[in-house]
Amino acid sequence: MSKAILVDVTKCYGCGACTVACKLWNGKKYDDAKKPTVGENAQLADINWTVVSKHRVADASGKTVWRFAKKQCLHCKEPACASSCLVGALRKTEGGPVVYYPDLCVGCRYCMIACPFGIPKYEWDKSFPEVSKCQMCSGRLAKNEAPACVSVCPNSAMKFGDSEQILKDARAAIASDKRYVKHIYGEKEAGGTAWMYISDQPFDKLGFKATVKNRPLPEYTWKIINKIPAALVVWSGILTGVYMITKRRDAVKSSKNSEGKGGKP
Amino acid sequence: MIRINSNITFRMTGFRKVLMFFSAMFFVLVAYRFAVGLSITNLSDAWPWGLWTVIDVKLGIALAAGGFTTAGIYYVLGIKKIESVVKPALLTAWLGYCMVALGLLVDLGRWYGFWHPIVSWGHHSVMFELYMCVLLYTVVLTAEFAPIFFDGIGFKRTAKFFVRLTGFLVIAGIVLSTMHQSSLGSMYVLMAGRLDRLWWTMALPILYFSSAVAVGPAVVTCESALSGKAYKHEWDNEAMPFLAKWSGYVLSFYFVARIVDLIVRDQFTRLFTTFDAQTFMCLLELIIGSVLPLLFFWSYNVSGKFMDKRMAVRNAIFIILGVVLNRTNVVITGMWKSAGTSYFPSLQEILITVGLTSFGILIYLFIAENFGVFTPHGHGAEDEDVSVRSGVGAGGVPTT
Repeated sequence: MSKAILVDVTKCYGCGACTVACKLWNGKKYDDAKKPTVGENAQLADINWTVVSKHRVADASGKTVWRFAKKQCLHCKEPACASSCLVGALRKTEGGPVVYYPDLCVGCRYCMIACPFGIPKYEWDKSFPEVSKCQMCSGRLAKNEAPACVSVCPNSAMKFGDSEQILKDARAAIASDKRYVKHIYGEKEAGGTAWMYISDQPFDKLGFKATVKNRPLPEYTWKIINKIPAALVVWSGILTGVYMITKRRDAVKSSKNSEGKGGKP
Repeated sequence: MIRINSNITFRMTGFRKVLMFFSAMFFVLVAYRFAVGLSITNLSDAWPWGLWTVIDVKLGIALAAGGFTTAGIYYVLGIKKIESVVKPALLTAWLGYCMVALGLLVDLGRWYGFWHPIVSWGHHSVMFELYMCVLLYTVVLTAEFAPIFFDGIGFKRTAKFFVRLTGFLVIAGIVLSTMHQSSLGSMYVLMAGRLDRLWWTMALPILYFSSAVAVGPAVVTCESALSGKAYKHEWDNEAMPFLAKWSGYVLSFYFVARIVDLIVRDQFTRLFTTFDAQTFMCLLELIIGSVLPLLFFWSYNVSGKFMDKRMAVRNAIFIILGVVLNRTNVVITGMWKSAGTSYFPSLQEILITVGLTSFGILIYLFIAENFGVFTPHGHGAEDEDVSVRSGVGAGGVPTT
């Protein structure tokens, strides 16, 4: 059964406990000066698998308020990163997480370009860098435990469960409360993701990419790749045919020439 | 003059010393880069691909398209009048691919794992297809080039063995090239929603392939003009106009496809209604790379004027610039907005690219001078020497 997580942006107070839990569980270093995990400058980075970004927005009455958005890999149902990887170093697992296998990776960084959310980061300062992104605590999930970040949230802003149930909860929540915008971010984006968000603010104001297509991205390239075997056979056939004709024509020409020469003396 | 033995020599000039300097720097910088990683570049999370991807990989492969196009025209279509350009084109292509492989290796974060795709197949990945095709095609090109090499060092029988494989190699080369030239474009199909719609289209593979088929002979044309000056062989008045026409027709197809695609996707009017860096670069690419060369080509073609050296070289330069602009636009200009920050290559990135190119030119000069690449054509100063060793694949074309 595939797992999912629902983030309710209205419940997040921006304490950053989730980012601490993530660093502890995954053994990532801190660099608050250059790569802060909480605040207006918070950005995902090689050492930041999750951050809480702070956004100044207007609430329903027009008053300026803060909103906090927890960011991490969304774990697409059909991940572009996994389809882009030439060695299969990124794989979608049955339980939901998109997992990275550094031993296979050659470091071409196509996944970083391919991800519509701009999630995979790189260890630019290392000699033999790895791609770096949230693994959705796949080891914990295998034991049916929630990811580290979810389990520590003091305000239960995140809910972990089976993906169908999570989607139902999300729909029920936005239907029952007028404050929410009628959009579940992650329900349709890139063909659907394991992490979903509900919010009282439009998502582009919280730093979520609004340009992401609803169609799973691997479908685009697969439409081209699956034609290759047939194209290969037909194209080789045509070329071989033309080559044979050319060869035959040359042979006829040269034998005629030699006959002509033979007759002369 | 460096003399290795009585047959193999290398003339030294000031220009070559400069090339050697840059090549030496290339190897030093690459050793340093392999040790410390990619921190010497200006690449970042927002710009994982930069100068190296544009020049060492995308342009390197596109500009080496002269190999499979001329081989196809000569062997498959049987157009014998372009004979004098086939061998130099194969040499450039072979070297081009070797340089691409080297450039790619430098670009790979975990370069020592470059062989992983051979055992761990990501068969859903366009990059995997590209990798396999480039790998196999480099092998094919090496085999295609082998007769020239073995003949040069005096292994006549080995040379003959490879000559017998010609038909198979040429066809395999074209098929592999078709696949990977187009997949350089398909690679960016995955960037739907990120790559600017002036460039993003499902037709990217067709556009990339057709522009490669047009630019290949254009590169061969420029190369012939340059090597003609250096090695004093005459401009081939049979082969070159044919290549100019070939590029002209293929480019016409490319241009129509490109414009129709822009119109169908409602992007064409944007070129003239909005003015920003993207539309400017796109217009520049279209005017320099397509409109101007097509204008010249069709005015010559319709009036039946002979396509002389000036016209052919000028058009070839336009077409090459057009492809340079197009590939740069896809990798850099079209991704600018979605990246959100700016990118300019670091000095080390530039020096490594310059060094790699210098190294390639040096090897080209060395092989061209020692392995009878240019079929005797006219009476130049060095032709006597070359004609003795030539004649692999097909006999020389006596012209004068």
